[in-house]
Amino acid sequence: MLLREGENGNRIPAGCAISGIFSKSGTRINGKQIIDSISVMHDRSNGLGGGFAGYGIYPEYKNQYAFHVFYETNEAKEICERYLDRHFDVINLSKIPIRRIPEIKDEPLIWRYFVDPLRTRLAASQLDEKEYVVRCVNRINTKLDGCYVFSCGKNMGVFKAVGFPEDVGRFYRLNEYDGYCWTAHGRYPTNTPGWWGGAHPFAMLDYSIVHNGEISSYDANRRFIEMYGYKCNLLTDTEVITYITDYLLRKQKLSLEEMASVVAAPFWSTIDHMEEPEKSRLKFLRNKFSSLLITGPFSILLGFTGGMMALNDRLKLRSMVVGEKDDMVYIASEECAMRVIEPNLDTIWSPRGGEPVIVRLYDEAMEEIGGDE
Amino acid sequence: MLRDYLYPEYEAVRNPDLCIGCRACERQCSNEVHRYDSDLGKMVSDSTNCVDCQRCVCLCPTHALKIVKSDHTFKLNANWTQEAITDVIRQAGTGAVLLSAMGNPKEYPVYWDKMLINASQVTNPSIDPLREPMETKTYLGKKSEEIQRDRNGNIIPETSPQLELETPIMFSAMSYGSISYNAHKSLATAAEELGILYNTGEGGLHEDFYQYGPNTIVQVASGRFGVHEDYLNAGAAIEIKMGQGAKPGIGGHLPGEKIVDDISKTRMIPEGTDAISPAPHHDIYSIEDLRQLVFSLKEASDYKKPVIVKIAAVHNVAAIASGIARSGADIIAIDGYRGGTGAAPKRIRDNVGIPIELALASVDQRLRDEGIRDEVSVVVGGSIRSSTDVVKAIALGADAVYIATSALIALGCHLCRSCQAGKCNWGIATQVPELVKRLNPADGKERLVNLVHAWTHEIKEMMGGMGINSIEALRGNRLMLRGIGLTNKELEILGIKHAGE
Amino acid sequence: MKRIYVNEEWCLGCHLCEYQCAFANSGMDDMVKALKGKTIHPRIQVEGDNKISFAVNCRHCSDARCVKGCISGALSRDKDGVVVIDTDKCVGCFTCILSCPYGAIMPSSDHSVVQKCQLCMDNASGEPACVKGCPNRAIVYEERI
Repeated sequence: MLLREGENGNRIPAGCAISGIFSKSGTRINGKQIIDSISVMHDRSNGLGGGFAGYGIYPEYKNQYAFHVFYETNEAKEICERYLDRHFDVINLSKIPIRRIPEIKDEPLIWRYFVDPLRTRLAASQLDEKEYVVRCVNRINTKLDGCYVFSCGKNMGVFKAVGFPEDVGRFYRLNEYDGYCWTAHGRYPTNTPGWWGGAHPFAMLDYSIVHNGEISSYDANRRFIEMYGYKCNLLTDTEVITYITDYLLRKQKLSLEEMASVVAAPFWSTIDHMEEPEKSRLKFLRNKFSSLLITGPFSILLGFTGGMMALNDRLKLRSMVVGEKDDMVYIASEECAMRVIEPNLDTIWSPRGGEPVIVRLYDEAMEEIGGDE
Repeated sequence: MLRDYLYPEYEAVRNPDLCIGCRACERQCSNEVHRYDSDLGKMVSDSTNCVDCQRCVCLCPTHALKIVKSDHTFKLNANWTQEAITDVIRQAGTGAVLLSAMGNPKEYPVYWDKMLINASQVTNPSIDPLREPMETKTYLGKKSEEIQRDRNGNIIPETSPQLELETPIMFSAMSYGSISYNAHKSLATAAEELGILYNTGEGGLHEDFYQYGPNTIVQVASGRFGVHEDYLNAGAAIEIKMGQGAKPGIGGHLPGEKIVDDISKTRMIPEGTDAISPAPHHDIYSIEDLRQLVFSLKEASDYKKPVIVKIAAVHNVAAIASGIARSGADIIAIDGYRGGTGAAPKRIRDNVGIPIELALASVDQRLRDEGIRDEVSVVVGGSIRSSTDVVKAIALGADAVYIATSALIALGCHLCRSCQAGKCNWGIATQVPELVKRLNPADGKERLVNLVHAWTHEIKEMMGGMGINSIEALRGNRLMLRGIGLTNKELEILGIKHAGE
Repeated sequence: MKRIYVNEEWCLGCHLCEYQCAFANSGMDDMVKALKGKTIHPRIQVEGDNKISFAVNCRHCSDARCVKGCISGALSRDKDGVVVIDTDKCVGCFTCILSCPYGAIMPSSDHSVVQKCQLCMDNASGEPACVKGCPNRAIVYEERI
């Protein structure tokens, strides 16, 4: 039985593989590297979902929002494009180039649009630009049948499909893209989802999440975050983690470290033994956002403009290792996924549960990509 | 009148082979059921006044006594039940409102027992509470204020006043007067040791118990008994009692004979006068009036204490809770229709209000739908009988629970539902000195501590099974529940799926 | 030393301690068999009425008058400080009964010798039966300075 995430209240847990590559100096890494990395963890996925997020891949359109859209039908595409025209200035549009291979079947129509919000519409909405984009995307995804915007950040893009991740990478011809950061995901769902939108990464604006785990706090997190205008349609962990990220970073303006102290908060017994002002700060964060504590196993890679963060659940119930070589940082579920692309790592370590690993572009590289963070 | 004679509902049965004639039963029964008949040279029992409190059964050293439900019967009638006939006879004889005590005993559905809890298998691991920290610490209070930062961008960690609980269980309101000094002392000392709170109820706070202030919730009810500035500042929180699950919509009445010595002093009313709590607060005829009282109390306590508003679970509880969440209150306490009482009109206790499970589910969802769940914490009571009820309440969306009947059972209560008579053989719901001293607070405290420790231990086991190691990740986590034998409408209100879905 | 103390504040006057004592010292394994139809001769006795009551038994005085006054050497303090009676030596003169300020020594059921509380060290109870059987923790067995 083919299921669609979230349909009829279906919740599909999944085990997974994740991998990430980051160049702090902004060196543009070819997409083939991330395919090579994720492919050695073949056994951690089961062919029912794979995907990638690349950052710095659209330097020529770095000031536009890059929408990647799945359409089930041409009619859906027409409806969606009419909607886009009413709300955005579409600077460029094209099919996303693919390579037809036997491993990837039943693809939807896959289109890409580089857009600017229509100034008049934006002003009339009284929203800030990002909120405007988010609301438009949510509207398309929830109200327009057969349309699904699966990537909408600037100078970044998500590529995902039903299949093994290495096949998905070849399908999307990722060797034709270069970026300073790549994340990848191979999925092992405990069900048979057939919908491409359900594959990962899951993205919102320039935040993208790949995640391995099944969080036991799911419904507590979901019911809380839905108070703040988010709608969890897919009922997947990754979706809710993405919304939590967006809420804490963009709306509550927390730093990445503060966000980590919310979702993987230290134990009270640990906080009690800390010195001030750290103690009060952590108590405050944990208490204020108590419903956003994520429990159960997870390892996540959060991609964002100019950086990447890795985080494990506080008990470290999922494997995750970090390796470094010069300005390059590699993070993956298994060490082999780093060794295959960089056999001579300078350092390799396993971050503790709840300890965020945050990497960012050097300042000059940040200016180069035009990041606004 | 002879026609009013009713055969005892329960009979004390003595096994003559086991009775050694120690007369402990005789000395311990305040209802004078047992006596030694020197002519017959043996113990005899007259069950007419037996309330089935089990005191004699527990104290009999040879276990020679038991209480049985009488098999005496009227002609069977599914409509005119024995109870219906008996009540008519009683009222025809007395012309009085029927009084009873403790919670609604009728056969309404118990939704706690129609919900099942989840556990992890394969796709995520259960967590072993013996190996990993398992956190039950809970903070109650508003969590909605915006984050403030100092000039360097550091968070200023100031919040509205919060209550810190080591485990999400508190002892709910029982007034000094409705229960004894020793019962209050047991609750106060146990709360202190457990790192939780107990609640004074509406009878004020005895001066001996000011020392337990950090573990005390002081209540302000419609009678305003014992309310003064020191009292308001004595506890960790102030509770405005708008209603009580056992008797929504009506007030209270502590008869003058219970207003003795210290109780009169604590309540600040003359000895021997009836203590009457009006049905409404006469300064609260609408929600905006409640807001004024909330802020009056905050003013009086310098904004250092969270204010709780306690309401009975009634039909439109969700809308009422929404109003309260916007009233400035920090915590809403909801009391279900099975909540206990020291005395209530039986008809009201048995027929007014709704189950706490449904009230909680709809209040939590309503507050979320309106985006104001963070304005308040939600505490529920009204028959939380076990650790599983606690787990289910929290998964439905409660921050913590209030227990009172369970606490009284730990102290010796056997739910004879005769508190209003004031002759409690267990020294709980009485002010008779010889009876009050039957509850040794050292013993009472230990039993309360044991109970809450045991429940907490079980809560941790269940959390671990679900793969959850912190209570906040269980709060409102309704996917952890499944209904069994419930209609679609019931599932919809509870916001849970059916087992197998 | 650990002694039995009675908190009159919590004594309910239920007299159960007397029956537990009589049973513990009966040498029998069943309370009904031991006590039914018999007049009991407990070593602890409840004084007072329903309002104020307290159980009394041997205080195991460190400077015990009963030991000093015993004419046959039957009463002594053992190494733990427990005042014990050797009934083989007791001649039944009852001097100790007269000298005890607490009334905690009494004749045995057949009046041939005296009996007193020996903290259930001399029977099968293993711990003071009155303490174990007190429903309100009025009788405690503890060290006090």
